[in-house]
Amino acid sequence: MSTPEETPVRPATETVRLEIPARPEFLGLVRTVVAAAANIEADFRDDRVEDLRLAVSEATTNAIEAHQLIGLDNRISVRAIVSDDRIEVVVKDKGKGFDPEKLDIMPDPEDPQRLFFENGLGIPLMRQLADESDISTGDDGTTVRLVIYTRSYL
Amino acid sequence: MSLGLIVDHDGPFVVLAVTGDLEMSSTPAFRQAVIEALADGDRHIIIDFGGTDFIDSTGLGALIGALKRVRTLEGSLQIVCPQIRLQELFKLTDLHKVFTLHETVDEVVNAGVPTEVVS
Repeated sequence: MSTPEETPVRPATETVRLEIPARPEFLGLVRTVVAAAANIEADFRDDRVEDLRLAVSEATTNAIEAHQLIGLDNRISVRAIVSDDRIEVVVKDKGKGFDPEKLDIMPDPEDPQRLFFENGLGIPLMRQLADESDISTGDDGTTVRLVIYTRSYL
Repeated sequence: MSLGLIVDHDGPFVVLAVTGDLEMSSTPAFRQAVIEALADGDRHIIIDFGGTDFIDSTGLGALIGALKRVRTLEGSLQIVCPQIRLQELFKLTDLHKVFTLHETVDEVVNAGVPTEVVS
């Protein structure tokens, strides 16, 4: 038991876990939880929380698609690890993975052929929005790790 | 948040006012609204994102699909997007070079149907 003289030590990190059915109706919930987790630390700028919200939404969309593609009932796991200086979100699916080398290369925006590519924006967007992003993918699923720091762009 | 779509006509334009989040769960309804407008004979579409806070890559993909359909029919598609946050998303994905972004619906209506419609 703590005595009145002791200051309670705040843990260095807090983790929030969420598991969602692989259905797009749950994307809004993921965005809400991630934004709320980021707002536990007052130091995150609003626009950075928005960046993270979109990046995580993109990762979760891909995870849902990966499960739907093979008719998998398993849940998608989203874990947010909040520290003073950063928030890290890990999105994990059990889909069949993909070949990162084979992502579509977009034609230039001015090229009329650009209109033939409706997909493929998600992963580049995730990479642009997060301060750090890692994707590990294989036959047993894909894990995406996204990090934003509190002090970046200050 | 579920998607709200209000379809209205203003001169030669059909205005699709979108509220809520445009993402994987709501893009099918959005896509359908565009298809129906074109099937009804509308050719000049204004998409009003004034009431939208969130668009993701799926939503942007649906916009690209809409533009492709509109151009096939020699129509036009213009986007009203007053939020800076969403304007930045178009820039980040280079799609500000593909779409014309406007601040208000009135601005588009007052300018009239674009004379040069790329087919």
